[in-house]
Amino acid sequence: MEMNVTRRTVLRGAGSLGALSALIMAGVLKPTAAYAADWNKAAFEAKDTAGALKGLGAATTADSNDLMLKVPDIAENGAVVPVDVISKIPNTSSIAILVEKNPQPLCAQFDFANGAVAEVSARLKMGQTSLVKAIAKADGKFYTAQKEVKVTVGGCGG
Amino acid sequence: MADPMKIRAQMKGDVAEVRILMGHAMETGQRKDAAGKAIPAHFIQSMTVDVGGKRVVDGQIGTSVSRNPVFGFKVKGAKAGDKVVVSWVDNKGDKRTDEAAVA
Amino acid sequence: MKQNFIGALCAVAVMGGAFAQTPKKPAAKPAAKMAPAPMVEEKDAATLEFEKFRAEMEESNPAELFEMKGEEQWKTKRGPKNVSLAESCDLGQGVGKVEGAYVKMPRYFADADAVMDAERRIVWCMVEKQGFKFDEIAAKPFANANFTPDITNLVTYVAGHSRNMKIAVPLKDPKVREAYETGKAMAAYRAGPYDFSCNTCHGSDGKRIRMQNLPNLSTAAGAMKGVQGWPGYRMTGGVMLTHQWRMGDCFRQQRFPQPKYASDAIAYLLTYMIGNANGQVYKGPGIKR
Repeated sequence: MEMNVTRRTVLRGAGSLGALSALIMAGVLKPTAAYAADWNKAAFEAKDTAGALKGLGAATTADSNDLMLKVPDIAENGAVVPVDVISKIPNTSSIAILVEKNPQPLCAQFDFANGAVAEVSARLKMGQTSLVKAIAKADGKFYTAQKEVKVTVGGCGG
Repeated sequence: MADPMKIRAQMKGDVAEVRILMGHAMETGQRKDAAGKAIPAHFIQSMTVDVGGKRVVDGQIGTSVSRNPVFGFKVKGAKAGDKVVVSWVDNKGDKRTDEAAVA
Repeated sequence: MKQNFIGALCAVAVMGGAFAQTPKKPAAKPAAKMAPAPMVEEKDAATLEFEKFRAEMEESNPAELFEMKGEEQWKTKRGPKNVSLAESCDLGQGVGKVEGAYVKMPRYFADADAVMDAERRIVWCMVEKQGFKFDEIAAKPFANANFTPDITNLVTYVAGHSRNMKIAVPLKDPKVREAYETGKAMAAYRAGPYDFSCNTCHGSDGKRIRMQNLPNLSTAAGAMKGVQGWPGYRMTGGVMLTHQWRMGDCFRQQRFPQPKYASDAIAYLLTYMIGNANGQVYKGPGIKR
């Protein structure tokens, strides 16, 4: 509950500045409002999961059973795949969602503060059958959960 | 001009459930038009949710979010009547802010 | 991959085949041909999985964005006569009244001397009351990725105001009954290069195209499955489409010439289809694959 908005800045700094992230983590940057200019280009434009994770500053992650990823086993339509992520990990400050086989795997990343529950639902595009990954950040550590979603093609009419 | 959002915020116990529908093409930049020309990327990059005057969600999104995005969040400690303000900015600088009250 | 990333339409579907992307052993295909049973099981598992997420999809349906636009357009003075539909258009429940109007159409309208479904009626109001040109509306009647016609927003708005109400097409009205019977005959009419009728796909239980189960429109529950989808937010392409569109597209898929927009032919078919769903609850604009 005591999380504050500076975590956003920390995450972004970590992503765009890579090796210098330690310095930024130390609190050099001030909180800013969300402008598109702050968009974590390195993470979102990464072409593979490793690159996206690096961009998020999450090069090392651990599996966690307290991080729940609810996605269909088989998607009705790859253009709209519903996903719910729920983190029961104490002090979760941020959740990111990735689709491994998308041209740019990172889909979204949310920072929570001021009473927001560490939980998000969203709808994603999936180009093909792929692992979907959730990443949660808590107390500076990163946790993951993942599940495969099959993407099929259907009839024409709907 | 950006289309208005639809925001629904409802108390369930001590948690406000916030559902947001956004009208946006979320073009990936990967598609081609009928003439074979690449359709330029056009997508929301950042979004924020404020409840009762406090920033509760600060999000960044990419091209893999579906067209006409839908998001759901939960906020503890909110109460009926609190103002919910949602804003987004896309990669072309278009932006939109809408609000609703927690019911 | 690049081309089919989101714009996956029928062409891609044909290329792909139902499980093209899943890592299935090569034995799966011939085996399925010899023994259809496993295919059926597979379909059922998938269908169950789709249904698990149905409620969530319906709860937050982007169709609501189109309802919002339609409401504004309904209430705004527009057209050469600068009149709003709210102050001029009677959907059968009195001028401007939208509550419950959608589930009671198609119905007979004496002022137009025609049986009209909701979309046809709103078009009639736009032409007669607001002074829009029919040919201009009919030139681009349906949505695509870059364009949603006003009429689609308006129909979605009107449909949204029949949410959770029972379908009640007035089949006792002789004119409506006649439209129903004509529609029924049309649904059974086989022709075209495939010798198809509507009923070839939609006249009996247990039919499907790839992963889609096809409702049997001759039963109340089956007809409701169809009716429920329209107007509907189509996940493929992310566009809002109407029941008129669906009718026309069925003809295209049968390789028939498409009936004219907002014509008697479509009104008759809709009277048959929606009339069969009488008594079933309409949950509001749909969300479709």
